[in-house]
Amino acid sequence: MSASVVDNTVSSGNSSVAIPTDISGQILDLDEDDDLEVFSKDTSTTQTDGSSFNASMQTSPASMINQYKFEEEEEDADTKDIFVTVDNPESHVTAIETYITYRVETKTTRSEFDSSEFEVRRRYQDFLWLKGRLEEAHPTLIVHPLPEKFVMKGMVERFNEDFIETRRRALHKFLNKIAEHPIFSSSEDFKIFLTAGSGELTSHKKQGPGFLSRMGETVKAVAAAVRGVRNRPQEFTDMQEYAEAFSQKISSLDKVTQRIVREQKEYLEELKECGPTYALWSQSEQELAEPLKNVAGCVDNCCKETEEQVKHLNDHLIPVLHEYVLCADTLKMRDELDKAEDRLEWANNALKTDWTRWQKVMRTDLRSAFIDTAERNVSYYEKCLAVWESFLQSQRTDAEGNGNVDSS
Amino acid sequence: MADSGSEDIAVIGNTDLTPSESENNLKNTMVEKGTSLLKKMEISVAEAEKRTGKNAVNMQETYTVYLIETRPVDAASEGTNPVPDSLWRRYSEFELLRNYLLVTYPFAVVPPLPEKRAEFVWHKLSADNMDPDFVERRRVGLENFLLRVASHPALSSDKIFYLFLTEENGWKETVFETGFQAKADSRLKALNATFRVKNPDKRFVEMKHYGDELQSVISQLLRVRARAADRLYGVYKVHGNYGRVFSEWSAIEKEMGDGLQSAGHHMDAYAASVDDILEEEEHYADQLKEYLFYSDALRTVCRKHELTQYELEMAVQDLTSKKQQREELATGTIRTFSLKGMTSKLFGQETPEQREAKLKMLETQIEEGEELVKERNSECDEFVKSAWVDIERFKEQKDHDLRESLISYAIMQISMCKKGIQVWNNAKECFNKM
Repeated sequence: MSASVVDNTVSSGNSSVAIPTDISGQILDLDEDDDLEVFSKDTSTTQTDGSSFNASMQTSPASMINQYKFEEEEEDADTKDIFVTVDNPESHVTAIETYITYRVETKTTRSEFDSSEFEVRRRYQDFLWLKGRLEEAHPTLIVHPLPEKFVMKGMVERFNEDFIETRRRALHKFLNKIAEHPIFSSSEDFKIFLTAGSGELTSHKKQGPGFLSRMGETVKAVAAAVRGVRNRPQEFTDMQEYAEAFSQKISSLDKVTQRIVREQKEYLEELKECGPTYALWSQSEQELAEPLKNVAGCVDNCCKETEEQVKHLNDHLIPVLHEYVLCADTLKMRDELDKAEDRLEWANNALKTDWTRWQKVMRTDLRSAFIDTAERNVSYYEKCLAVWESFLQSQRTDAEGNGNVDSS
Repeated sequence: MADSGSEDIAVIGNTDLTPSESENNLKNTMVEKGTSLLKKMEISVAEAEKRTGKNAVNMQETYTVYLIETRPVDAASEGTNPVPDSLWRRYSEFELLRNYLLVTYPFAVVPPLPEKRAEFVWHKLSADNMDPDFVERRRVGLENFLLRVASHPALSSDKIFYLFLTEENGWKETVFETGFQAKADSRLKALNATFRVKNPDKRFVEMKHYGDELQSVISQLLRVRARAADRLYGVYKVHGNYGRVFSEWSAIEKEMGDGLQSAGHHMDAYAASVDDILEEEEHYADQLKEYLFYSDALRTVCRKHELTQYELEMAVQDLTSKKQQREELATGTIRTFSLKGMTSKLFGQETPEQREAKLKMLETQIEEGEELVKERNSECDEFVKSAWVDIERFKEQKDHDLRESLISYAIMQISMCKKGIQVWNNAKECFNKM
């Protein structure tokens, strides 16, 4: 467990929390922050039953700050201790409905998990539920978006292969974003989502608002207590302005990319007719037949490459841009949460830290998506280049073969 | 130049060859094939200018004139660079020259002129005859035409052609004085009329079909290419939007700003690069167009063969029927039914004197007929001989030129790919800095 997962104490059912403080110190890495100790001390008394939490409600906001503080260090990829995969969509037919489930496989070394490998099946509704719970529990933190419930434009059929694949990828990314988030990944709901059998999940869902939303209530209560804080932190305003501008830009990029895909497809349609025309011509010729057939082949090859390139744009860049369009929408909606608790949260640094973290993640995601696209485009041109160079090569050897002094 | 080594066949090996260099190679080939004219004289269409003047119906019009420059070959190679002789001609005069050549050398596959109006254009390219790009491409086409004529074994020694290049004034009158127009009219009428020829030379029939196929397939290729060019233009230009949005986005970012901004510039460069790419492709399209129009010239020659063959067959038919008439008259037997025969049977035979007169007339006609058949036969033979020689010459030229065109098309594609690789590699560097 990494040092920054100090917040695992926030989630209930944490095995390390169940252990009395002194032993927990031994189990955890001794290199870890002192904060960890502080956490264990503070909350160990609260975990046994819900009611004792009320006792801590009397504690000052200061201790609340502690509970939300977490390391700002970026998690090293090497220290990643949980791996989640979403794959294997399957269709289920019942009397009432038809729906798709996805296999969710988890591999982890985290001690709060009973085992190191889990495999469950989840449907879109379940993901929605998880997202909702996380948002409820952490109204001021940024939860990564889910793919949309319905696809409006183009009216893609829900069970169309491409649609399912696109959705699967997005769900996979969603869970991984949760897993990488310092706070969300230790959410109890998250753990149940990853590990519970379908019966267990259903009953868990039915439970009333859990510990987490009670936390939310607590925050609101505390906020009420400190009502009157007039000045909105400048950073908060900046963030909202940024959110608005970012949303515009990312939407534009999404639209531009979709337009590019459309134009490329139309170009491809026309290009597809060129090769056959050269081939047709070669049938009327003698000396020219071979070079014409060759050119026809080259054009056809370039068509294939163009098709691949378009597919790549569609499958990789567009989903990422779309994800961040949805993210930006989430960011903007937070403006509605213009309640005192936000200011308090800001003062707590939690929101700010999450915001900083989000920006870093966004930067990484978008940068790698663009780099990926640029590399793909280079590769596309390199392949086409090779196609035409081999044509030139063939004409050169032809000329030498025939003793042709064709060139002047 | 057939030696091996990487720098041997410069045209093919050098993938950085520009279209203008490629066209130069074409010209050099023509000069090398060498007619006596080209050995003496360098020809070029150097410039184009707009003029206004009154036309035939006394109305003001604007037209373009082209400057034809000629220079003796020796002078250039001696190192001195004398001022070339030059004169201005407009497109209609080129047309007049070509029509004259068509009529005067019916066996020749006469080089075509560049198109009168812009066709097979993709939308960004202007179809306006006054558009400077169109005028420029036409200038190149006219020069090409002159060089083709000058390198043709038969056409290059034509006096009228020589005067076209050297005598600005009075050339038109000289052309008309040859009386070619009279021949032109009758020829045109004959060519357009439908006639059925019984025994055309098979090679010419095949050639005509080939001409039809060539015209059809090149037209299709030009159409498809123009549509693809249109689309490609769209793809590149939309990337310009990336440039704009990246730039705007960079303004609200701190760490990502620089990377985004410079990436945006590369996107703009990418979008702009398509103009040059498509302009180069236009040269390729022009080369295809030349052979599209050549296919017409080829079909014309084949049609002329059919005409001469038909005229021969008509003469033979006529002679045969006259001979038959003579036989019938001489032996008194009527082999074929004729109204005259019937009436004479019904209304009495002719007198011996009348028969004598008729026979004599027929004899003369038969003599004349035999002369005509002999004439037409030799006409036909000569035509077939010289036309076939020119067709073979044309075939070789076409195979060579079109192969070069395909090669230059490949070179263009390679150049486009190289540009793409460079731009996206640059963009990737910028994204790395984000």
